[in-house]
Amino acid sequence: MDFSDAQSVVIVGGGQAGAQAAYSLRQGGFKQNIRILCEESYPPYQRPPLSKAYLKGDLARERLFLKPEDWYARNNVDLSLQTRVIKIDRSNRSVHCEDGSQIPYDALILATGSRPRQLPVSGSDLKHIYDLRGIADVELLRTVARPDQRILIVGAGYIGLEVAATANSLGLDVTVIEMADRVLERVTAPIMSSFFAETHKQHGVKILTHAQLDHFEGKDGKVCSAVLADGSKIQCDFVLVGVGIIPNTELASEAGIACNNGILVDRSARTNDPRIFATGDNTNRPLVHYGRRGRLESVHNAIEQGKQAASAILGQSNPVEDCPWFWSDQFDIKLQIAGLSQGYDKFVVRGDQSSGKFAVFYLKNNRLISTDAINSPGEFLVSKKLIISGANVVSSELEDTSIPMKDILNRYAI
Amino acid sequence: MASITFIDFGGEKRTVEGKDGQSVMEAAVGNGVPGIDADCGGACACATCHVYVNEEFLGKLEPQDDMEISMLEFAENVKSNSRLACQIKVSDELEGLTVTTPESQH
Repeated sequence: MDFSDAQSVVIVGGGQAGAQAAYSLRQGGFKQNIRILCEESYPPYQRPPLSKAYLKGDLARERLFLKPEDWYARNNVDLSLQTRVIKIDRSNRSVHCEDGSQIPYDALILATGSRPRQLPVSGSDLKHIYDLRGIADVELLRTVARPDQRILIVGAGYIGLEVAATANSLGLDVTVIEMADRVLERVTAPIMSSFFAETHKQHGVKILTHAQLDHFEGKDGKVCSAVLADGSKIQCDFVLVGVGIIPNTELASEAGIACNNGILVDRSARTNDPRIFATGDNTNRPLVHYGRRGRLESVHNAIEQGKQAASAILGQSNPVEDCPWFWSDQFDIKLQIAGLSQGYDKFVVRGDQSSGKFAVFYLKNNRLISTDAINSPGEFLVSKKLIISGANVVSSELEDTSIPMKDILNRYAI
Repeated sequence: MASITFIDFGGEKRTVEGKDGQSVMEAAVGNGVPGIDADCGGACACATCHVYVNEEFLGKLEPQDDMEISMLEFAENVKSNSRLACQIKVSDELEGLTVTTPESQH
């Protein structure tokens, strides 16, 4: 598909993935109309600080914005906030908005993101039960997150643990309940789970694993406790639910665009309609370093696919795919994750957990596929290169701290 | 406040106004200065806001912390005046700061 005559690119969604596409299109010299249709009330902003510095009150709202508010007008990007798209009309190449307007496109980018998964238990509709996805959610949370209040967090994933750390530092009484037998069970090895659980406990966060939520109880319409399957009850003043996300694929699937756990895209972020691209949390994409497909929920993915879509529209070659990467900040821990650990057959640990600096390397068939690095940026950065190289590695060398990471890099990833 | 000049790999100069409390990275991104990606938004997690600081200002900057030192150790094309722009805070002291951006941030 040649877009050299394209008059209009429409981007549905004003998160990082949608915004990046607009930035890259303008940076790449695209002169025609770009329109971002965004349901939220704020210009595109960073989400990672929401559960950390922004919840804590350390960051002014404007500092979350990816570009200053006036960037869009200055760069002739039409940013329509509080605008909800309800339908894609592929035969007429237009999108229909909730307000009745129809906006034509030559290329369409679906950057519709994801939404928090809802709990299926009774009492979930009580007041003071929150989730955390956008600025508005955090601003609501901040009205109740006062010192000495009791917060119950459902789910010990990254969002749950980051909010736990922030709430703890704000002086709240924090309890986390997790259905699995350890925190971060879905994403890390047991040794990493126990390190995080131990750090939280040392700060006074209560963590209950194997805890199956049965229902919430309320008083005057507000949540006041959670009842677990074993009958035990946890009193609380408010609840934060962090049990994962669901990709927003409905617009695409209703328009007949192929989806399967996300909108199916190729390495150019293109869907099965050559004029329609999808970027960010909502896509199921090729994971070229892993020889399979998958969905990535990350800043890296949002930026990379935004660039891919822009390159395709500009008629440029695909940008080189990075190794997937992630990070999380909790207390004084910086966790940096390189790659995807699913399917590992072995892991080795480098460094001493008690020093607060160590890394877990995940291997499959003698290749490094992922690394969790705790306060160890060198391990993280070298791992990204090793993963991309696909080199066979000797695991005993990875765990040997007498061999500097620089030497390991030189051995394998030249 | 400080005016900060960014020189890109091709030698093109752009001068922007940095506000107190901002980082040099934020001043760049906010003003559309190319050559600084800052993928992680300033969390010192990605090393994509690597800059070379004009020698005369090196001593005026707050010292690097361990994270920044380690990140830079493994970044590409590191020199003795390399810094991560997200870790440099803007202040009046930095009036006239000049930094150069590398060819690529990866």
